[in-house]
Amino acid sequence: MMADTGSEDVAVIGNTDQTPSELQNNIKNTMVEKGGTLLKGLEISVAEAEKRTGKNAVSIQETYTVYLIETRAVDNVSEVANPTPDSLWRRYSEFEIFRNYLLVTYPFVVVPPLPEKRAEFVWHKLSADNMDPDFVERRRVGLENFLLRVASHPVLSNDKIFYSFLTQEQGWKEVVFETGFQAKADSRLKALNATFRVKNPDKRFAEMKHYGDELQSVISQLLRVRARVADRLYGVYKVHGNYGRVFSEWSAIEKEMGDGLQSAGHHMDAYAASIDDILEEEEHYADQLKEYLFYTEALRAVCRKHELCQFELEMAAQDLISKKQQREELATGTVRTFSLKGMTSKLFGQETPEQRETKLKTLETQIEEGEEMVKERTAECDEFVKNAWEDIERFREQKDRDLKEALISYAIMQISMCKKGIQVWNNAKECFSKM
Amino acid sequence: MMSGTVTDNNTPTATKPEDLAGQVLDLDEDDDLEVFSKDATFMDGSSFNSPMPTSPGSMVNQYKFEEEEEVPDTKDIFVTVDKPESHVTAIETFITYRVLTKTSRSEFDSSEYEVRRRYQDFLWLKGKLEETHPTLIVHPLPEKFVMKGMMERFSDDFVETRKRALHKFLNRIADHPVLSCSEDFKIFLTAEELGTHKKQGPGFLSRIGDTVRAVAASVRGVRTRPEEFIAIQDYVEAFSQKMTSLDKVTQRIIKEQKEYSEELGEGSPVYTKWSDIEDELMVPLKLMASCLDRCHRESEEQVLQLSNSLLPTLHEYVLCTDTLKAVLRRRDNIQAELEAKTETLAGKKTEAEAEVIKEEIDKMDDRLEWANNALKADWNRWQERMRADLRSVFNRTAEKNVEYYEKCLAVWESFLLSQKTEDSEGDNILDS
Repeated sequence: MMADTGSEDVAVIGNTDQTPSELQNNIKNTMVEKGGTLLKGLEISVAEAEKRTGKNAVSIQETYTVYLIETRAVDNVSEVANPTPDSLWRRYSEFEIFRNYLLVTYPFVVVPPLPEKRAEFVWHKLSADNMDPDFVERRRVGLENFLLRVASHPVLSNDKIFYSFLTQEQGWKEVVFETGFQAKADSRLKALNATFRVKNPDKRFAEMKHYGDELQSVISQLLRVRARVADRLYGVYKVHGNYGRVFSEWSAIEKEMGDGLQSAGHHMDAYAASIDDILEEEEHYADQLKEYLFYTEALRAVCRKHELCQFELEMAAQDLISKKQQREELATGTVRTFSLKGMTSKLFGQETPEQRETKLKTLETQIEEGEEMVKERTAECDEFVKNAWEDIERFREQKDRDLKEALISYAIMQISMCKKGIQVWNNAKECFSKM
Repeated sequence: MMSGTVTDNNTPTATKPEDLAGQVLDLDEDDDLEVFSKDATFMDGSSFNSPMPTSPGSMVNQYKFEEEEEVPDTKDIFVTVDKPESHVTAIETFITYRVLTKTSRSEFDSSEYEVRRRYQDFLWLKGKLEETHPTLIVHPLPEKFVMKGMMERFSDDFVETRKRALHKFLNRIADHPVLSCSEDFKIFLTAEELGTHKKQGPGFLSRIGDTVRAVAASVRGVRTRPEEFIAIQDYVEAFSQKMTSLDKVTQRIIKEQKEYSEELGEGSPVYTKWSDIEDELMVPLKLMASCLDRCHRESEEQVLQLSNSLLPTLHEYVLCTDTLKAVLRRRDNIQAELEAKTETLAGKKTEAEAEVIKEEIDKMDDRLEWANNALKADWNRWQERMRADLRSVFNRTAEKNVEYYEKCLAVWESFLLSQKTEDSEGDNILDS
């Protein structure tokens, strides 16, 4: 994830002077570092968040948060951004609509996830309230990250609706609905059905799906442990504040020990206070993990789409085979498979040669169409497999890079925490020895 | 082992214990204190006033029973409490501790003694010492009963903690210029069977008499308590509250730390599980798992310092305040008795009766003066000791905490280092 994304950070995206091989190269680099993006010369950021109240669709007053999306055209030659950005406000639900559009329109892409809708895996001090300013702030960062991920994706970044989302204040919703993406969405039931009944899915996708499940499980566990650890650590540090208070009171009744105790007490207070910043930083690590937790859902979606494609191909192929069989039966008069029609015709008498002829002709057409269908579906499947696997590879590399970086920054945080601890306790020790 | 000088620097070390010993043996008489009060050495309050020079190093070592310590040359008696053993009889189960004494003092027949004592025996010793020296401050014993929810009576932790406290108790006595010369102390250290000695001493009835007098005196109260003792009383009140608070805070920290350590430990296997499903990330994730595990173990060790060293010491000083309050009460009682006696003088008609009363008043006056001086001297001594003890234990705790963080720092720095060397180019996030 974007470990470097601060509150006002922007990523420079876009350098149209690149050759295809350079572009390809860019895909392999982190988007922040080389700005490996394909969106033409646009800087994107989610700069602010604000509370609004208004009437919703059913005319009920509600409070919601809007986020300010700022875009700045980058001068391609000098790579300097225009000073004044364009901006518009969007709410979380609009981001959701946009993402759903992407999911439907690019089923072979592992679509970047949005930050969580509701705060989960929280430790006690953090509020689970969506209106809490800390939550809103972290969500703002998450939304920015989402946009940057889309903007740096080789396929998604070229989408017109994306550009619209970033720049078109009014009427964006109409535009996106006009694409009719909602109708194209596969029903949940259909997808589930396919999962159970597909016979020969590509092994790699099956493995990938399994990996996605395991990754989700492991990250969930980690996030739960982390929340509990944070809770306890908070407790340890804060209770030390009591030492501060008691030392201070105690110093009042002592002569020689008074000074030492008093100053030691101050250090205990400082120690107790230091945990807030430490845990805030650690929250960042949790957010990085969460992004990949949500990514597993997108990964699974791609695998499910493959299953669906494959299933539909298999269905078409199956249909073709059965039609060919029927033709054969009709032509030779033999009944190979049981059919109600065959039975009834046996019971109630054979058809006339004319009827048979018409039937055969219909079948022939159907078979022709069927073969076309199978060809189409095979091509679709192959195309899907090719594109999806390419994106999965891209995703895999991105994930390895990002998570490794996350682990490293976690270690850095721990080091910082240890250093602070050493300092405080050394100071306290000095005070104690003066007691 | 207690280190630091047992006796002060003003009076010759060799002679004083012997003098004391001679007088201590007269203890069975009621006017034993009178004997003391006539001894010039003891009337001089200054013999108690010189501070006990205990070096910080030796104070620290006090808590490391397993290590060798520096011993000043003047120390001539060494007492250890160890080897707890469980005894089961038809009636009860109890634990005895070995009390080992090594001494060069002449009043001891041998130079080495080994006896077995149970908690009851320590209680007896304390009682005797307080009886004989009502205004001297005897270090508290560990509690008789177990606090609810803390430890099981026969768990290893409990026995170990109690053993250490008993060791400290005896060593404080051995260090005390007056108490270490007590006959009861000698008996405790040397007698095979304490049973017979326990039955000696002031008779049951006289003990009752003492108690009644004491209660009557405390009910009456003192008319005017000297300034300095009021000050001590106030201090002890406040100090008691602070120690109790610190005790509670420390217990809470231990609890939170233990739970933190546990949760930390839970993270490690999850990272290992994760590493099993990854290729590129397998190595860093495995490393992460091992780092967390190491931190978890360091954390466990850090808690030990708190629960084995800091908490027991704080707890001892909570108990000390009870001792101090009792000492002040007893001093008050001595004064109250004197005042009561003085009052009766007014009602005496005959010269003879008045003479008798006056004599008694004189004795009690001496007794009070001696008690006050003893208390004052011992109070100073106690304060110095307290300061050294607490300074040392807080110091040590801070040290241990620094050590803990240093070890964890090393763990994470090694993680970073290994990842850095794996990196080819590009990632510049590593300069921290």
